[in-house]
Amino acid sequence: MASAPLFDNILELIRVTSTDLPPDVRKALLDGTAKERFGSRALLALDTIDTNIKMAADGSAPICQDTGMIKFFVHHPVGHDTLTFRKVAESAVAAATSKGYLRQNSVEALSGKNSGNNIGPGTPLFHFEAWEDSTVDVRCMLKGGGCENVGAQYSLPMEFPELGVKAGRDIAGCRTAVLHAVWKAQGQGCAPGFVGVCIGGDRASGLDAAKEQLLRVVGDTNSREDLAGFEQDIVDTANGLGIGPMGFGGETTLLGCKVTERNRLPASFFVSVSYACWAHRRRGVVLDGATDNIVRWLYTDAEEVLPGGHPS
Amino acid sequence: MATVRLTTPLTEEAVRALKAGDDVLISGTMYTGRDAVHKYLAGGGAVPDGVDLNGAVIYHCGPVVIERGEGDDRSFTVKAAGPTTSIREEPYQAGLIGKYGLRGVIGKGGMGAKTLEACREHGAVYLHAIGGAAQVYAECIERVDDVYLEEFGSPEAIWVLHVRDFPAIVTMDSHGTSLHADVSAASLSALRGAF
Repeated sequence: MASAPLFDNILELIRVTSTDLPPDVRKALLDGTAKERFGSRALLALDTIDTNIKMAADGSAPICQDTGMIKFFVHHPVGHDTLTFRKVAESAVAAATSKGYLRQNSVEALSGKNSGNNIGPGTPLFHFEAWEDSTVDVRCMLKGGGCENVGAQYSLPMEFPELGVKAGRDIAGCRTAVLHAVWKAQGQGCAPGFVGVCIGGDRASGLDAAKEQLLRVVGDTNSREDLAGFEQDIVDTANGLGIGPMGFGGETTLLGCKVTERNRLPASFFVSVSYACWAHRRRGVVLDGATDNIVRWLYTDAEEVLPGGHPS
Repeated sequence: MATVRLTTPLTEEAVRALKAGDDVLISGTMYTGRDAVHKYLAGGGAVPDGVDLNGAVIYHCGPVVIERGEGDDRSFTVKAAGPTTSIREEPYQAGLIGKYGLRGVIGKGGMGAKTLEACREHGAVYLHAIGGAAQVYAECIERVDDVYLEEFGSPEAIWVLHVRDFPAIVTMDSHGTSLHADVSAASLSALRGAF
């Protein structure tokens, strides 16, 4: 396996992910900006964000100083050497850290000792999955701590005394849970944000699937009509709450909601919510399975339809 | 809304004159400090020589810093420096405002009732920067004067930053007003109406 192009291509993938916000996320922010009142704090926040996005791309510097938990979602041909992939990707992460595309962001849980290069037990994260294709689909997500901290998991049925409602094991209960998470987050997760949601699964798979939903292009439509309606309703209702950018008040609180369903045990009913800040950084490349050369970049167009493998 | 120019260290008079909703531009020295620094200071850790928290502005920020050279030749470039979520320091912030005379806290997301009360009692403000706008704020940093408590790791250290016209919004003032509490209450009432 030729590792030199793989190293260069993964390093470039990390650089682009950290410094150049994808077109679909930019479009969602511009659509939000158009709804805010002239002279409002919400508009000031969105204008600052817009300036920042351009500065980061022009200067090839991190959009946000919290370059987040680094996760690679990899689909690969059957028999592909994932051990080498992991090693090469880890050295690309260390190189990206020394170049300042990534912050030194991996610390021992109890002692707080910083590894200095983002490498350590559990960082970066990898999700490998084989598929019937000769290419390797590599997506990199950088998800900061502020938005990760406001993610939530609900075990239904559940009472919400502050809302004066009970959430049962049905779509209405799921709606209550997701809206509660968005309200609870206020500006803490760097609104306006995105939520990935998984209904069902177990605790671990539910949160994993919720995060994976954040790989979907903002403007896509869920292939399930009921879930597509759910997604639109969550966005519309959340934007009526008046939380606004940074929690300053305003019309733009949530830029997208993406939902999936997983089978569950009869006894369990989890609603898992993964919150992504406005600086929703995920990029991808398709590599030739034999040479590791880039066949094409993903997330290059706001209207893009991404190839299969990542369930919607 | 007025735009107010502030130079650090801040006086009580300058801080008391600020109202929630004011825009400010800060120039002078500010200190970064986040989870590890707050826990350390609140636990009785000594303030490093060379750090003067009286009238100071503390910035909840873990910057991306590139280091060159060694020993006396060390130099630093700040590549990205936006605010981190402030609410994590809620257990500590009020105590540090009271004990050391901090006059300004910069961060994002706002803080709670304890900090608001400390701002009222001692004369301090919470200043909101735009979360994620790391390049906009990095450009306001003219130089890095020093760094302390590096043993906490680069993002958690105290970076002594010299800034010019650093923009922020007063969202919690020294008169008991918090825009965060207002938005939280109004959005709760809107949410109850959605069911």
